[in-house]
Amino acid sequence: MSARSQSMPFWRTRKGQDAIVTAAVYAVLLAGTAVVLLPFFWMLSTALKRPEEVYISPPIWIPSPPQFENFWTALTRVPFHIYAVNTAIIVAAVMIGTLLSCSFAAYGFARLRAPGKDLIFMMVLATLMLPGAVTLVPTYLMFNAIGWVGTFLPLIVPAYFGSAFFIFLLRQFYITIPAELEEAAKIDGASVYRIWWSIMLPLSKPVLATVAVFTFVGTYNDFFTPLIYLSRDEQRTIAVALSYFSGSPRIGPQMHLMMAAVTVSIIPPLLLFIAAQRYFVRGIVMTGIKG
Amino acid sequence: MKTLDQSGGLAAPATRRKQPSPWRREAIHAYVFMSPAILGLLLFTLGPMVASLLLSFTEYNLLRPPVWIGLENYREMFTEELFWQAFRVSSIYSVVSVPLGLMLALGLAVLLNHKMRGRMLFRSIYYLPTVISGVGVAMLWRWLFNAEFGIINVLLGYAGIQGPAWLLDKNWALPALIITSLWGIGGTTLIFLAGLQGIPQELYEAAEIDGAGRWSQFRNVTLPLLSNVTFFNLVLGIIGALQVFTDAFVITRGGPNHATLFLSMYLYQHGFLYLNMGYAAAIAWFMFLVVMLLTLLVFKSSPLWVFYESEKKGGRS
Repeated sequence: MSARSQSMPFWRTRKGQDAIVTAAVYAVLLAGTAVVLLPFFWMLSTALKRPEEVYISPPIWIPSPPQFENFWTALTRVPFHIYAVNTAIIVAAVMIGTLLSCSFAAYGFARLRAPGKDLIFMMVLATLMLPGAVTLVPTYLMFNAIGWVGTFLPLIVPAYFGSAFFIFLLRQFYITIPAELEEAAKIDGASVYRIWWSIMLPLSKPVLATVAVFTFVGTYNDFFTPLIYLSRDEQRTIAVALSYFSGSPRIGPQMHLMMAAVTVSIIPPLLLFIAAQRYFVRGIVMTGIKG
Repeated sequence: MKTLDQSGGLAAPATRRKQPSPWRREAIHAYVFMSPAILGLLLFTLGPMVASLLLSFTEYNLLRPPVWIGLENYREMFTEELFWQAFRVSSIYSVVSVPLGLMLALGLAVLLNHKMRGRMLFRSIYYLPTVISGVGVAMLWRWLFNAEFGIINVLLGYAGIQGPAWLLDKNWALPALIITSLWGIGGTTLIFLAGLQGIPQELYEAAEIDGAGRWSQFRNVTLPLLSNVTFFNLVLGIIGALQVFTDAFVITRGGPNHATLFLSMYLYQHGFLYLNMGYAAAIAWFMFLVVMLLTLLVFKSSPLWVFYESEKKGGRS
């Protein structure tokens, strides 16, 4: 084999073939990276332009000098700080509710026996496949009847009743925890609630972090729910406020200000992603394996 | 269960009634733990589903109490041209974007699984659009697709191609939204990637000894062993595609000339703009039935193309 590869040109040897494949993979992935990142680049470029630099052809790729004050202008022409506070309140409340209710329910599904438990679990899982539209109208009417439309409550309260995917994720994790840990606590007289709170919760921190990051991103990016439940301007979340910018006389026609606002709006999930990448990946890996 | 316990209680000494059996105590605790999920199921899923079905047989505009009108909403829906337009838009979008997205994601996952420097960085970059989705990105795409100054047509111009007016052209608005959806395949890609990493390396080594090339290894090892992941992604993809709302609402507002009027947009208009709650419920139930039908179809067809672990072990299950 080695004698033969000596006589072969490098590109026909095993090593050469591998090198060619790797080079090709790099080339495709780099081209794809350009496609993925170009929209972000164009967003930033537009956000840093003077108004008269936006609608011209051929385009200016890198504005000079960059207009950093566009960010300030975009954020102060509308009460952006109010939208940010609204979003923060909703996201925080939803995260607390999701973490508590999902881990609580997941412990029951993972560890305790009761008649009908498997059937209930199957039904919870089945809701993953349910299009949200089918429950939308009555849910809205229910919140309307109790006077919650126009408050944050319809966005927050459902999070305290568990979410199928996260219950599933946490249950899968609790099943892998050895039962001996609980046995010891039970002998010491701890109740199941105590065991859940002081043994299971601390042990499941990595999975809870995964649930937390997904909940953050999902709630932060959610558009439809705040759109239908919140009507007054001072209640809007960042997502809903952004959608109104295009029609706003103060920002609408000015693409550089709109892109500045969009740039600011993607910063929180971007920072979270950079800081907590492994938790995103872990969640996906768990889905993939169990899928 | 209950009757069994009671009849047992007759024969057993009375003290057993005071102290519930450990079994029953555990069950009570279990129900307490499961209670958020059970209540959520009743309050936010099963209850609304039944209510939605009932509402779909009524006329209700929030101002006056609902009036029972039987199948009138459905009859109106099936004779309404705009409804069929919305159905067409949602169908075309799903039929094109889901398979295209799956193929691209699978190809990308294979590339991202190739052993080389910097692949973690590539994985992060490709996943980025999934994290940063929503309204901001939808507005960004509206700018990218701008007919005259959008970057897409500028780049096409460099290549000597006169780009279409995209969002203003009724033939190109839907393709533009499909392109937007393909940008966000990072999540699907990572699920495929997790599946790829679960395939034992020995299988590839064995295939190579048998003289299988890269393509043959992909066809005969990767694809069959990944089919359950493909199945999972397909089901979720269909459900997701039929519910697209943000992009349609922010990028095109359903236009031009209803070219991007998705079923979800149509439902939103009737439910929350015209306050036709009964009619909106009927649309919702139609969507639900379509999703159920498609999911059932995928499930029923899965034995034909999904390869399960148990078959490999000689059907030990």
